[in-house]
Amino acid sequence: MGFATSVALGLAGLFAIAWLMRAGARAMFAGSARAIAHDMPLTAAFGILVIGVYAAVAIAAPALAPFPEREIVGGQFQAWSAAHPLGTDRIGRDMLSRLIYGARNTVGIAFATTALAFVVGAVLGLWAALVGGWLDQGLSRFVDALMAIPALIFSLLLLTIFGTSVITLILVIAAVDATRVFRLARAVAQGIVVMDYIEAAKLRGEGSWFLIRREILPNAMAPLVAEFGLRFCFVFLSISSLSFLGLGIQPPTADWGSMVKDNATLITFGDVTPLLPAGCIALLTVAVNFVVDWQLHRASGLKEQ
Amino acid sequence: MILTRVALGIGLLFVVSLVIFWATELLPGDLATQLLGQSATPETVAALRAQLGLNDPAPLRYWNWLTGALTGDFGMSMGNGRPISDLIAARLGNTVFLALYAAALSVPISLILGILAALWRNSFFDRAANAGALTAISFPEFFVAYILVLWLAQTGLFPSMVRINPTTGLAERLYMTFLPALTLTLVVTAHMMRMTRAAIINLMASPYIEMARLKGMSPLRVVLRHALPNALAPIINVIALNLAYLITGVVVVEVVFVYPGLGQLMVDAVSNRDIAVVQAVALIFAAAYVALNLIADVLSTITNPRLMHRR
Repeated sequence: MGFATSVALGLAGLFAIAWLMRAGARAMFAGSARAIAHDMPLTAAFGILVIGVYAAVAIAAPALAPFPEREIVGGQFQAWSAAHPLGTDRIGRDMLSRLIYGARNTVGIAFATTALAFVVGAVLGLWAALVGGWLDQGLSRFVDALMAIPALIFSLLLLTIFGTSVITLILVIAAVDATRVFRLARAVAQGIVVMDYIEAAKLRGEGSWFLIRREILPNAMAPLVAEFGLRFCFVFLSISSLSFLGLGIQPPTADWGSMVKDNATLITFGDVTPLLPAGCIALLTVAVNFVVDWQLHRASGLKEQ
Repeated sequence: MILTRVALGIGLLFVVSLVIFWATELLPGDLATQLLGQSATPETVAALRAQLGLNDPAPLRYWNWLTGALTGDFGMSMGNGRPISDLIAARLGNTVFLALYAAALSVPISLILGILAALWRNSFFDRAANAGALTAISFPEFFVAYILVLWLAQTGLFPSMVRINPTTGLAERLYMTFLPALTLTLVVTAHMMRMTRAAIINLMASPYIEMARLKGMSPLRVVLRHALPNALAPIINVIALNLAYLITGVVVVEVVFVYPGLGQLMVDAVSNRDIAVVQAVALIFAAAYVALNLIADVLSTITNPRLMHRR
């Protein structure tokens, strides 16, 4: 199992770099930044490093990839070689290049979807909690009804109706996930709207938008940020699953979920290449989870033992 | 108490059916035009409209659809013109079999792991189990499935494709579906284990547990005799929630292993935009989801006398 060993070595190397970075941050920074670096567990440093690497690869994809995303550059299913470090795919495109562009496409689309779900869900949730009454009741019952259907099943239903394209994919997943964000934002804001300073702001004659933006949002930020990370993981996994099912991001756009599906036949011949994109998905999700875990721990005020 | 909850569940089911039906009404323009494409002649569009019953008002169509679904008649598939109930009947049993198989594997494993992790809290075993669970939750289902294929099917231990038909015997069937069931098990065990652990640790802080400890009981006996019965309600909830989660997990896993189940049917129908089939399967999945949540609530009410006789 030469491959398993090299994966293990690679992960160990990433942990070592993360440890060095944390040590460097502890030595270089002063004040609050240093305190944060001091409390940071190794897993969180690892998570931040991995997220940073993914972001860099996504931004610099055209410079890093040896071949263009959609160009057929060789025979089908070529083995790993010097010219094509990870071989070629089902129709002869360079795997490594598509893997690199996948960071841009898959992660970018997942991020855009999460951001959209978040803006819609959080604004509606905070607004419902602030206004209360029939608006709150109406929105909450509506969300309850939508949440009674499993997320993947509901997304599949909506995708059948609106067809499969990147725009509908983003809108559908964002709509499904916005219901979950709405629930959390509303629950968090309900504890805030009863505070005296909200009453004072209302008496000053401030409008709803000002109250949401300047009074409620800053106080609801910590749980919402953690939720953003978790939500990103869910969105990322559901987009990958849909792409894997052939219903998400469509070829020839390089995408990790559909790359697994397209080249899955290789797995039955004992080739690990199709697992690499799936591994990329898993690594990023684990990394985000590690950072979220740390943030939740920090927000709850608990100390590491 | 229980009757109110059941009535609520039925009401929710009704709302869910309404949402599933109403989703098609969201379509901009007309369903028949959408299905036939822009180049269709007005005559064919009118014929399809009549065939699908689109000329009736929406409430009437909903009523016909719902009463049909309740008697097992879901109408015709738009893709191949066969009755949807035939398509579903052949596959429903397979999907239920797979889900039950996965449940039979995962429930005992996760309960035992969860109890052990709670018992040996903060030990190496607990930390390893927790880290493993967090990692497993972060993996896409198809990743887990293909790792298992690479590892177990490559060595020829288990088949990577499920070829079963109604005449396949039980032993053969269990062997054939082992890999899909194991994939689902790995995916849900992590969640169930973590929640079992949390439920028991929560209870371990109660005074009566301290009392039992001070009497000199062994830790295992404290957990099994005192903590576990009181943790039943949350654990039942956890199990039901995860069985409900199996419903969506089944879709991806069935595609990986080419398993002839409802999930596979739904995915095919989505890519063919066969709305009637998708609606029917979505209704079945959603009904199972609502029903599992209902059963969980009822069972946890029964196991807790305080909830049974609440005023």
